Amino acid sequence: MAYLLLLPAMVIFGVFSFYPFFRNFKLMLYETPPVPGLPSRYVGLHQIIPTITSTQFTQSLVTTFVFVILVVPISLILGLALAVAAHRRLKGVGVYRMIFSSTVVSSVAVASVIFGTLLNPVVGLLPWLGINPTPPALESTTWALPAVAVITIWQFLGLSFIIMSAGLSSVPDELLEAARIDGASAWTRFWRMTVPLLSPTIFFAVIVSTIYAFQAFGAIDILIGSQNAVRLHTNVLIYNIVNTLQIENNPGAAAIMATVLFLIMLGLTILQMRLLERRVSYAR
Amino acid sequence: MPADDHGRRRPRRRLRTIGSYALLTAFAIIILFPIYVTIVNSLLPPDQLVRQPPPLVPTNPQWHDYTTAWTSGGMSKYMATSAIMTAIIVIGQVVTSILAAYAFAFLRFPFKRTLFVICLATLMIPLEVTFITNLDTITSLHWFNSYAGLSIPFLATGFGIFLLRQAFLQIPRDLQEAAQLDGYGHLRFMTRVAVPLARPSLAALGVFSFLGAWNQYLWPLVSTGGTTPLDTVQIGLKELIGTQVTQIPVSLAGAVIAFVPLVILLLIFQKQLVRSLTAGAVK
Repeated sequence: MAYLLLLPAMVIFGVFSFYPFFRNFKLMLYETPPVPGLPSRYVGLHQIIPTITSTQFTQSLVTTFVFVILVVPISLILGLALAVAAHRRLKGVGVYRMIFSSTVVSSVAVASVIFGTLLNPVVGLLPWLGINPTPPALESTTWALPAVAVITIWQFLGLSFIIMSAGLSSVPDELLEAARIDGASAWTRFWRMTVPLLSPTIFFAVIVSTIYAFQAFGAIDILIGSQNAVRLHTNVLIYNIVNTLQIENNPGAAAIMATVLFLIMLGLTILQMRLLERRVSYAR
Repeated sequence: MPADDHGRRRPRRRLRTIGSYALLTAFAIIILFPIYVTIVNSLLPPDQLVRQPPPLVPTNPQWHDYTTAWTSGGMSKYMATSAIMTAIIVIGQVVTSILAAYAFAFLRFPFKRTLFVICLATLMIPLEVTFITNLDTITSLHWFNSYAGLSIPFLATGFGIFLLRQAFLQIPRDLQEAAQLDGYGHLRFMTRVAVPLARPSLAALGVFSFLGAWNQYLWPLVSTGGTTPLDTVQIGLKELIGTQVTQIPVSLAGAVIAFVPLVILLLIFQKQLVRSLTAGAVK
């Protein structure tokens, strides 16, 4: 009976999660032949080093890290600021909370259309504001990645706000009230009490946003495209994997890079669990 | 409290309240501004779109770009595809999660713990790793560029199983025993008692699945090959993005159309959405 109930889920997991996960390791050992149509050749571990030391891969790794550093701190600080601002007993604060969480439902394609137009050099506000870089932001080697980061930050802001708000509501009000009566200023209360009490939430948000940023590539695909991604320093890891598979037709190299990505994400998840464990031991 | 103190505090408090509202409103305007400009621009004729300064209110709203996006822009097709794919995924995830979560919550069987850990382990395997092989799998099953290929890989979710198991475990043991005495079998207990009692969690899972499925980008992109009759809204928008100024309002109208179902989702299910999104955060 129990196994029958588990069967549907287990079949899906087996075929579409575990099988591809393990087959990835096998793919890493096979090299795609230079001429299409020939069978792939077993090369063992020999293509791993050349793949992960290739300029294209190391550059995409650097791009990804820069992207993550651009996205994570800003979206978390903004999310926290919004959460603190909305953490008040005011009439109508529910409407503001709704607005602040609204970007959580935006998709990458919608966000790309919105910001693609805002950044358009002919239409939109930039020319009116006198900000008219040549080449336009999305065609510039300097500004393309920050522009994509802005889109990702805006998209992540809703989730950042929701996570921070949930954390804030678990901070006991009586504690802050007592500190206020004792004469602690709002500034002191925020840095000495709210932030430390919120640290588990902040850690969680850091991990979630980092994983989110590592997986982001839709805006680059839509607004920059595979032809320009490398030239404009926007070839993030995921995009490199997708293009290696789809354009270069090289599953072996794609599998190697996907494994690197998996290891990075695994590391982050383990870190998150460690931190959560520590938090539990603090609580007791 | 002395009267004069009272009198001094009130205006200060009111000032602070006004300040709070001002801050909240400022934040709200910044967040909504890009959406607002998008809606305004989607209603502008092309000649006004490039005007300086840009008009911030559509004086003469033009709806024909919405018609264009919906018909020749293909948004009606994309929306239908996304709706069908999303419906399959949401229903599938809810059903498989109920069945598996029920087993984990109410039944005893060998390897229960191991199997539960296996379910949770799927959360650690990202799509970015599995899509390489999954593409081969759906191709060999002749599911490439089909609803089956779009949705079947997502018909089960470790998150859903986890969430519903938690909900089922809240159901008192006495209730289960009472139902057993009344001659309820597992199937009847599941459909008449467990599922109705777990409704809040089911709603949270449903909303979460909807959001994830509707907004997917990577898998619909690679599993249909792009530019096919089976493009979802997200992939369709990519094709709609115009390079010429005259096409811009059409793609903006398309974005608004794609965004509307999600705004409705947010308005109705905000609580459930927040619940599911923070399920991992606050434990």
